[in-house]
Amino acid sequence: MMWDKPLESMHPDKLKDIQSDRLKNIVKRVYDNVAFYTNSFNNLGITPKDIKSIDDIHKLPFTKKSDLRDSYPFGMFAVPMEDVVEIHASSGTTGNPTVVAYTRNDLKVWSTVMARAICIAGGVKGDIIQNAYGYGLFTGGLGVHYGALETGITVLPMSSGNTLKQLQLMRDFKTTIITCTPSYSLFMAEEAVENGFHPQQTSLRIGIFGAEPWTEQMRQKIEETWCITALDIYGLSEIIGPGVAQECIGKNGLHIFSDHFYPEIIDPATGEIMKDGSEGELVITTLTKEAIPLIRYRTGDIVSLNSEPCEACARTLPRISKVKGRTDDMLIIRGINVFPSQIESVLLNIKGAQPHYQLVIDRKQSLDTIEVQVEVDENFFSDEIKKLELLKQKIKKDIDSVLSISVDVSLVEPKTLSRSIGKAKRVIDKRIL
Amino acid sequence: MNVKQLSIFLENKVGRLLETTEVLASQDINIRAMSIADTTDFGIVRLIVENVDKACRLLKMHDFTVEITEVIAVEIDDKPGQLAKILRTLQDNNLNIEYCYAFVERNQDKAVVILRMESTDKAIQTLINNGIKVLTQGELFR
Repeated sequence: MMWDKPLESMHPDKLKDIQSDRLKNIVKRVYDNVAFYTNSFNNLGITPKDIKSIDDIHKLPFTKKSDLRDSYPFGMFAVPMEDVVEIHASSGTTGNPTVVAYTRNDLKVWSTVMARAICIAGGVKGDIIQNAYGYGLFTGGLGVHYGALETGITVLPMSSGNTLKQLQLMRDFKTTIITCTPSYSLFMAEEAVENGFHPQQTSLRIGIFGAEPWTEQMRQKIEETWCITALDIYGLSEIIGPGVAQECIGKNGLHIFSDHFYPEIIDPATGEIMKDGSEGELVITTLTKEAIPLIRYRTGDIVSLNSEPCEACARTLPRISKVKGRTDDMLIIRGINVFPSQIESVLLNIKGAQPHYQLVIDRKQSLDTIEVQVEVDENFFSDEIKKLELLKQKIKKDIDSVLSISVDVSLVEPKTLSRSIGKAKRVIDKRIL
Repeated sequence: MNVKQLSIFLENKVGRLLETTEVLASQDINIRAMSIADTTDFGIVRLIVENVDKACRLLKMHDFTVEITEVIAVEIDDKPGQLAKILRTLQDNNLNIEYCYAFVERNQDKAVVILRMESTDKAIQTLINNGIKVLTQGELFR
């Protein structure tokens, strides 16, 4: 079933007309209302008049995550605060969080694209969605929630964690759709087995999994474990949250809602636009966003684009591949974006010195773990266990609060962490996705 | 009056203590006393050695995290009740011990107690005032 049949299956030429109109409109709005864009357009010597159709998009400047950070908190707003009805924040690269804001109309768009996503995945009235994405500042929980409300499908706002309660209500309420990170679904299955639940005997039939990269092997494992269809959802807070693209039953790419989020694939090194099928960095322009419209936002996610109509579901919306990697050093741990630089700044703040450190990412019992190994140099050393233990606790507490996830800290001897020539190897990712 | 102790950070890993002692042995540095404090993932080795500055440089050269810590060495008779007497003195003067360890000097029927105090100078003064023998670095190795 299509939520928005005319829009989801329209002729590409017609889609292009809509995109062109919307682009012209949004370019004018950001140029008039956001100083950052006024300046960056002026620097390139362009004005909104130079944008006559979607084909002119390559003339526009890119927007980077650091631009959002530099404009903290409200510098990217294109509307006055009184028009903003909801604000979220995700952890930024260093220091400041990234602000995400919605006008009433933005929430309407978010609800619509999420409703489309749920329908693409096969959700229909009569289903019960168990939404195990975190509610709160993280956009995952509320995004799915709004989409479910829009479709009229029953939603159970579980939020993340509390696994035994999840399992109990899954069994007793006979929920049919689960939404969470793919790794959490496997963790839940393990807990289920340990507690006498049978993952294959639930009423679940669909899983909508996202917020972290996952592979075909993991899909297979999830589908076998739960006896469900496991589909990928893509989104990022800066653009709208979940609901930017959704995989259909064809399991051959995620349909991107390009009437709202215009995708381009670029060579991350040169910025050149790449043709369909090539892997490169996904760049998105929000065509309809009001509160914080973004022009050519560099997601850092490596994907390829496929504009062929879909054989499985007949949608004409282009498809992006599953995320193949990142252009930067961002890690996704339990659905949360983590930059090594965040940990660096915490360590620097503690003693005013930068110790050598390393992050070891692993997946134990389907749950991501992150261990921060800190080399104890003279600045950090004490002959008293008590002081070292306090130091360890402080490092953990400060990192936990910056990242919003719990980390393990261990103190190690100097020169024990691996160093590659010139640049330290900061991250060891042992996860097999 | 205080003496110097080597404090070395070690991970709880097989062979690390051995490596430490081999580095010292390679330059004929004798260990008079040793104490190890450990947690699940790391430990601190405290050593009393002759030629402590040389030992410290040597270990640093081998990438150990090491520092010299000022501690107090107290000489007592190797008899029952002697340690208790010192601890009572410290207690009565409200002086807190961070950690301590001891070793016996066999040919003299004496024992040496190493004390790491919250306030070293005040502790030394109190011990001396109470007639307790506090050793200098030189006296420790005579």
